[in-house]
Amino acid sequence: MKMRRVAVVLAVCAIAVALGVSQAPAQQKVIKIGALYPLTGNLAATGMDCKRGADLAVEIINGKFDLNLPFAKDEGIPNLGGAKIEIIYADTKGEPKNGLAEAERLITQEKVVALIGAYQSAVTKTASQAAERLKVPYVCSDSSSPTLTERDFKYFFRVSPHDGTMARNQFEFLKDLETKLGKKIKTVAIVYENTEFGANVAKMQQKYAKEFGYEVVADLAYPANASDVTSEVGKIMSAKPDVVMHAAYITDAILFTKTFKEMNLVPQGFLTMAGYVESDYLPTVKADGNYFLVRSTFALDLAKKKPMVGQVADLYQKKYNIPMGENTARSFSAPFVLADAFNRAKSTDPEAVVKALLETNIPGDQIINPWKGIQFDPKSHQNIYASAMLVQIQDQAYYTVWPFDAASRDVVWPFPPWKDRK
Amino acid sequence: MEQLLQQLVNGLLIGLVYSLLAIGLTLIWGVMNVLNFAHGEFLMIGMFSSYWLYTLAGVDPLFSVPVNAVALFLLGMFIYRFIISKVMHGPALAQLVVTFGISIFLANSAALIWTPNFRSIEHTLLSGTWDISGLKLSIPKFITSIGSVVTSFGVFWFLRNTRTGKAILAVEMDREAAVIMGINTERINSLSFGIGSALVGVAGALLATHYYIYPFVGGTFGLTCFCIVALGGFGSIEGAFIAGILVGVVQTLGGYLFNPAYKLAIVFAMYLITVWIRPQGLRGW
Repeated sequence: MKMRRVAVVLAVCAIAVALGVSQAPAQQKVIKIGALYPLTGNLAATGMDCKRGADLAVEIINGKFDLNLPFAKDEGIPNLGGAKIEIIYADTKGEPKNGLAEAERLITQEKVVALIGAYQSAVTKTASQAAERLKVPYVCSDSSSPTLTERDFKYFFRVSPHDGTMARNQFEFLKDLETKLGKKIKTVAIVYENTEFGANVAKMQQKYAKEFGYEVVADLAYPANASDVTSEVGKIMSAKPDVVMHAAYITDAILFTKTFKEMNLVPQGFLTMAGYVESDYLPTVKADGNYFLVRSTFALDLAKKKPMVGQVADLYQKKYNIPMGENTARSFSAPFVLADAFNRAKSTDPEAVVKALLETNIPGDQIINPWKGIQFDPKSHQNIYASAMLVQIQDQAYYTVWPFDAASRDVVWPFPPWKDRK
Repeated sequence: MEQLLQQLVNGLLIGLVYSLLAIGLTLIWGVMNVLNFAHGEFLMIGMFSSYWLYTLAGVDPLFSVPVNAVALFLLGMFIYRFIISKVMHGPALAQLVVTFGISIFLANSAALIWTPNFRSIEHTLLSGTWDISGLKLSIPKFITSIGSVVTSFGVFWFLRNTRTGKAILAVEMDREAAVIMGINTERINSLSFGIGSALVGVAGALLATHYYIYPFVGGTFGLTCFCIVALGGFGSIEGAFIAGILVGVVQTLGGYLFNPAYKLAIVFAMYLITVWIRPQGLRGW
């Protein structure tokens, strides 16, 4: 009797050990990355866009695809025995305090080895503080506030351009345009929502307006996500600017567009961003979105010069049944940068990954953005090649119009009056 | 100067929308002392109802006003009967938390069923802008404010001139006395919840003519509505009507004359000063 009991116990132990042993390598083959996005709340649609981009990137890394992207042709990460990446999502609800709490939870409870996200600069700011304190690498490819890379954090890296670069790009465009048209553009109105994102865009635009010699005739901050913006538009109309520069997320972008039309504001041009390239913007405002100029790091017409962009966009369209857009393209790049670092580090140890991230050198033909590549500045950890191009909405689609040599369509300038449209 | 007049008109237009939203909220509070945090989500459901009627059946949002009123009336009664009336006997905190829970449930259910995407209705009977010698008047916004005035006065009339309306006012003034007079307060409660919800349903149909529609749109109007109800005096219909217009005008003119960044600060400063001088609000007692 006793012998039998011992035998059973031994057998159970043996099975447990066997299972444990067979499970151990399987567990090593999954690398967990945490992703923070606003999956509910005002920016839920944006968050879903970002999530789709990151999901597609992981699918390409983990699977076999005939694309010129890092790790597309083989399954998983080669130097780590074909390890697969798994993204654990956390919902920030668009609020900085949740960004901080969720980043801590992902790191301490879910044991993620790196973080990506969180779209809104204000949220990325708090979330990256948690990552820095807990010593976990954070690769951001969607937030644009310059302050994020001015903190000299050890674990924070940014792939996408920041608002300083993009503001300079916007004024470079105006200078180029003046040369092209042979006409002076003198005044700008800077309109922005009053969170981390808008306020810092404005600061940069003011700086470069001065540097490039444009007069700022209106400097308007407004509370984000307002129910009515007629007083804001009234203020702009009284200032009579040549160019209106607007920093807004999706809700404000829609409401402002409707109010511009209703109150008949017609400057020479609108230079916009963020909300205006959201995948929901055009379906909501339809033809009223035509002729807005938007700063961007991606456009579908890049496929003409870089066929790989078209292949990725087709994959995306097939998978989600909507066209690929700016937000998706941004969140798409972070998983590749991390996978590349894991591969060269041959490890997911934070210090080794940070060292590998600093040595990142992804060539321009292996990314879907129109940049020379990805390399991080050793101090700020900002991608030194990141820059913005300008797209214009024409016939309810986004077309590259600047830099002029990369344009697929001519820029329409000045902005056609509302009343002349159908 | 012209822009100033324009801003005054714009303030009136948005203010009247606030009024209609706040009247429903204040009615519910006045009768049963329940602060309905799901009010904004009822608005969202009203807007979606109009959107789907338009998209699937081609019904202009203007004609979905009665449909929404009935649908939201029933939804309000249902939610009262099966959820609110249960917690009315519980602690005050439970009443506060339950409507908050309903609001989160409704917004996230909508996001799940209809996706969090933005929608809008184009080319309704009311699209366009009138230009009255330089003054721009958005047609959908104008009709919305007219609708708001008509509905608000309809509610005043109903409360003052019908037996049921008078019973609602009686319960609002003194619940115990109303019970002694033989008024069925349970019925009045569910009716008031229904009427309050129907009003926001009407507002939803009117707003759907020119506003973006998405599952979290309720939050955009929520805070302002609570401020208006408190400013007007909790439970006062007239107070909510006046305060709605006041907030709309002060916000728009304040934003224009000073700086849009401070427009909410100006509104809340006005609120704080009012409750400092008159803690019961403009028309409260």
